[in-house]
Amino acid sequence: MNADNQIAIDVKGLTKSFGGREVVHDLSMQVKRGSIYGFLGPNGSGKTTTIRILCGLLTPDSGVGTCLGYDILRDAEKIKRKVGYMTQRFSLYQDLSVRENLEFVARLYGLADARGAARDMIKRLGLSGREEQLAGELSGGWKQRLALGACTLPNPELLLLDEPTAGVDPKARRDFWNEIHALAADGLTVLVSTHYMDEAERCHEIAYIAYGHLLAHGTVDEVIAKSALTTYTVTGELNGLAGQLAGKPGIDMVAPFGTSLHVSGRDVAALEASIAPWRGKADLHWQKSAPSLEDVFIELMGRSKDNFQ
Amino acid sequence: MSSIRTTGPVRELRDRFGFWRRSYAMMAKEFIQLRRDRVSFAMIVAIPVMQLLLFGYAINTTPHHLPSAVLLQEDSDLARSVLKALENTAYFHFVYEVHDVDEFDNLLKSGKVLFGVEIPRGFERAVRRGDKPALLVAADATDPVAASSALGSLGMIVQTALQHDLYIGDPPALPFEIRAHARYNPAAESRLNIVPGLVGTILTMTMLIFTALSVTREIERGTMESLLSMPIKPVEVMIGKIVPYILVGFIQAFLIVNIGAFLFGVPVLGNLLLLAVLSTLFIAANLAIGYTFSTIAQNQLQAIQMSFMFFLPSILLSGFMFPFAGMPAWAQYVGECLPLTHYIRIVRAIMLKGATMPNLRFDTLALAALMLAAMTIAVTRFRRTLD
Repeated sequence: MNADNQIAIDVKGLTKSFGGREVVHDLSMQVKRGSIYGFLGPNGSGKTTTIRILCGLLTPDSGVGTCLGYDILRDAEKIKRKVGYMTQRFSLYQDLSVRENLEFVARLYGLADARGAARDMIKRLGLSGREEQLAGELSGGWKQRLALGACTLPNPELLLLDEPTAGVDPKARRDFWNEIHALAADGLTVLVSTHYMDEAERCHEIAYIAYGHLLAHGTVDEVIAKSALTTYTVTGELNGLAGQLAGKPGIDMVAPFGTSLHVSGRDVAALEASIAPWRGKADLHWQKSAPSLEDVFIELMGRSKDNFQ
Repeated sequence: MSSIRTTGPVRELRDRFGFWRRSYAMMAKEFIQLRRDRVSFAMIVAIPVMQLLLFGYAINTTPHHLPSAVLLQEDSDLARSVLKALENTAYFHFVYEVHDVDEFDNLLKSGKVLFGVEIPRGFERAVRRGDKPALLVAADATDPVAASSALGSLGMIVQTALQHDLYIGDPPALPFEIRAHARYNPAAESRLNIVPGLVGTILTMTMLIFTALSVTREIERGTMESLLSMPIKPVEVMIGKIVPYILVGFIQAFLIVNIGAFLFGVPVLGNLLLLAVLSTLFIAANLAIGYTFSTIAQNQLQAIQMSFMFFLPSILLSGFMFPFAGMPAWAQYVGECLPLTHYIRIVRAIMLKGATMPNLRFDTLALAALMLAAMTIAVTRFRRTLD
């Protein structure tokens, strides 16, 4: 196997503007075959645009790259045959039944036995007994399962999932991720965008994108390590503490987590100097801890806002 | 509202004007939305202007200079004088001179002329001998409105015009007889004209709307994004969206023709199979045009507005409501670009005149050309990406 076969997505310098606003800026990324790649970032950060460029739905203003070895600019039609794209908004036909939707997709991809493929998928999705129900009448969780089923039906090599679990209950979310891991174990590459930190932690690799810029990427541990963030967790009588700490030198971020407060900064010395007056207080308990992924992202988000807005 | 009065119970005042405040809020919102929707805004101006111009300039229920043919079996001075006199009425405009009866009949059947004047052999000699020969004026009466005023002018005007050419002084009586023959619809029944026209009009209306919404609906429901990410080509989308409605249109055409025949007694003289084949072509042309609108429109409302803007001239300029030959040249050019114009000629010719394919070659080719043009625009306009 050569290097090309190991890499599913390899793009460099992708840029895309809408009406003079740059939505994706000089974005480069590599996704290994068979991995689950998490795509994180605030709303409007360019995640959806990037995904649409990858599957040929948008043409980048500049940049080059390959998707499954095909040129994203010239071979969009070939890419479409091997990529399953699950849109953010449910985009199957609401007025077709579960079976009819799946058969439609199977026929578009030219599967030899469209009916059989749809029947197998219904079984696999656990939708037996609901095959004649209209897709529009399914609950959010079932719609999402059906959408995943539809885009895995033609046996793609790459799945692009755009916030697949938005608005879905925790149980359905967990089932969904188990399914994605099962698919990846079979060799499928998955690129998934999400807002949920627990989902990010279930990815092999993650990338953080804000205002069109890719700010961090790697495994979860790498991203946390690279952030060089020090976090103290405070518990106890927190009345007004967040307000008093915010803005002190060395304190980049103060975030309440339930009954505790996370105080983080990149400059350890300055951070410790600033919190020193409160560390001695008997009603407060200070603990130095590893920053969570969420701490890292919120800090990145705050930083990128300063840079780009 | 509260600034009207600075003193007093402000809260009570607000409540009393609540109805107006809320209505005002709604109105202001509607105005903002209207201003953003440029197509609707254009319609506000375009529809009345278009209607007025079309009705005012293009429509003429006593049309003049109607295309006519002459079957000249004798080339005499008198024959020339008769033709000149006919042209002087301003109703007849001779565009064909033929010497063969079949050719003469075909011109009328295909709708290339509305009138045919037959000058029989030995006409001048018969007149001089005082035999009172007959001069045949055959009219295509499928559209009674177009034919009637010209036919009405015949007796008087030929008589007076010829007096100066033939005799000095008062003639004893009319030297020859004019026999007017209203072909295809001798009783000048308007339903014979309207029912075939309605086949085309109804099909235009329903077919346009079916496909005009098809692409915009996918965009509005969000299914387009999914569809575009799958391996399907624009031509394939178009064929998939047009073909089912050809069947729907066919059922409609079948219904109208049958109701016309059995309820209104409209004859179907020509070949039913030919009518079916050409109707299918017309249905496909309309579906293709509707589909083209669908690829251009931003949303379903715009698609409907475009269909409406197309439907209006179709009714007015196709010869359905008003005689085609009576329209000024520019309106006739516009009319030639509308499928309904050609189909109305076809359907009237097949049903009322028993026309066959050779008579209808031009209109068939025109329909096919319009359909292909619409399909080409649609396929090139179809957005393969979301850019």
